[in-house]
Amino acid sequence: MSKNIIIKCEDLHHTYPSGVSALQGVDLAIAEREIVGVIGQNGSGKTTLVKHFNGLLKPTSGQVFVKGINTREAEIKEISRHAGYVFQNPNHQLFAGSVRKELEFGPANIGMSAEEIEERVRLAADFFGLEEFLDENPYRLSFPLRKTVGIASIYAMDPEIFILDEPTTGLDYTRARMVAALIKKLQDEGRTVLIVSHDMMLIAECCTRVIVLWNSRLIGDGTPREIFGNRELLEKTNLAPPQIFRMAEEIGLQHNGKTPLSVDEAVETVERGERAG
Amino acid sequence: MTATNAAKEPIIRVEGLSFKYATATEKALKEINFTVFPGEYVAILGLSGAGKTTLCLSLNGIIPQMVMGEKEGRCLIKGQDTDEVPVREMAKTVGMVFDNPEYQLTQLTVEGEVALGLENLGIPYEEMLTRIKEALKVVGLEGLEERSPMQLSGGQQQRLAIAAAMAMYPEILVLDEPTTNLDPIGKEEVFEVLQRLNREKGMTIVIAEHEVEVIAEYADRVIILDRGELITNGPPAEVFNDVETISRLGLRTPQVTEFGYRLKKKGHNLPEQLPITLQDAVKKYSGVGGKK
Repeated sequence: MSKNIIIKCEDLHHTYPSGVSALQGVDLAIAEREIVGVIGQNGSGKTTLVKHFNGLLKPTSGQVFVKGINTREAEIKEISRHAGYVFQNPNHQLFAGSVRKELEFGPANIGMSAEEIEERVRLAADFFGLEEFLDENPYRLSFPLRKTVGIASIYAMDPEIFILDEPTTGLDYTRARMVAALIKKLQDEGRTVLIVSHDMMLIAECCTRVIVLWNSRLIGDGTPREIFGNRELLEKTNLAPPQIFRMAEEIGLQHNGKTPLSVDEAVETVERGERAG
Repeated sequence: MTATNAAKEPIIRVEGLSFKYATATEKALKEINFTVFPGEYVAILGLSGAGKTTLCLSLNGIIPQMVMGEKEGRCLIKGQDTDEVPVREMAKTVGMVFDNPEYQLTQLTVEGEVALGLENLGIPYEEMLTRIKEALKVVGLEGLEERSPMQLSGGQQQRLAIAAAMAMYPEILVLDEPTTNLDPIGKEEVFEVLQRLNREKGMTIVIAEHEVEVIAEYADRVIILDRGELITNGPPAEVFNDVETISRLGLRTPQVTEFGYRLKKKGHNLPEQLPITLQDAVKKYSGVGGKK
């Protein structure tokens, strides 16, 4: 395994006990520091795939390596030290009596020292603006706040690989911006991030790479620009690029053959075009 | 207000409506006033906690009849006060669809799900069959009558919840973030069904929704709530062009509008009223990319 590959799947198959085959032969290698968007319709296998990356699921056949560890042979505790998974629905994740206990649980579970735990909880509470809620019961908080606690509790564990499952679902624009800021921060901290999402604005803005799942198979892999520019692929999966990308494609707004992915990029592209002229 | 509306009676009239939940210290709604005319498609926009759900629940009397709290002001549906009409009676006029269809679906079959509300209304059997068939056809679930709702996709489940609501022939359909848990195709399915109910059946639609591109495409009117107060109430083209207000409230405007707004600030010569939909943007910005 080359040294900067942090996650590797070889002919990964997963069949649930119900007999539903959710992954059929996925081959994939993710390098350190990549920010990877995982897109596809509901039921295409996205969540099943990423749950293999912190050991929540084990392959039915094939192999998954996380930091060189074969997930079949390791305990979930060992893998989750490296890869943290944030559930789409915080109600499936949170159980402690207070936000503070929720934030302390993960770090304690992977054997951090008391000082380390305190420091991680402080960092997490500070970044996510949770200081004033530390003594609240998570279930007394609003859904968006509870979702934020779910993300913060994984952040507290300081994992090298961060897996976010639909991190902006049910969040308003202001909270969705916080998620985007978090991903930027994780990127700056040198972490590897996987984002399962239908939020194409988020994918366009944050990801360095996008993979597309369809019917339990991986059918697309490229930069956001390559994926959003591939009409055939998008039609097959019924996904649409962000509005600004579609507009730019239609009016032929691009710079050096690059179609802008965000409003920032679109404005910049117009300005550049004019300076060049 | 258009001339046609002036002649009509509003179907929804909210007057000085305030509500404070029993356990809360602050009011969830503060002196809300607005009217909705028959056949309008109204979107409610606002951050979480702005009061969107509270407002939706007030429109069929669940608030204050089934939720504890202090209410002031009035909410009139076709002239009837929601305080006075029992919720199950109001359900004939106001259909409700929530964000999570799983909470709403309780029956063993798709057909049974639609039948439930009709049985509660005491609709005769023959007519029930006709309405079930019609409702499932409108939402595109024909052929799945015997299927368990739990075996449906998220988009199908939400369309089933809409079918169950519309089979009662409500004149108003209120939807609270109905596409939150859906994938892009599921969202599209729901918005297409709503558009059809609105355009073809003249159903009045009130929908709380985050996705501004979708609101810009479908709604006749946008109401913005912020911390329980009504901030804006107007046509989408007007509301989404007020980019300062939208940003100040922590919301966003459609991407194509934001793009035009930023270019205008940099001195570009663009129309007074910026486009809010993709189609319109392609027309109005056609020269922008070519300027080299």
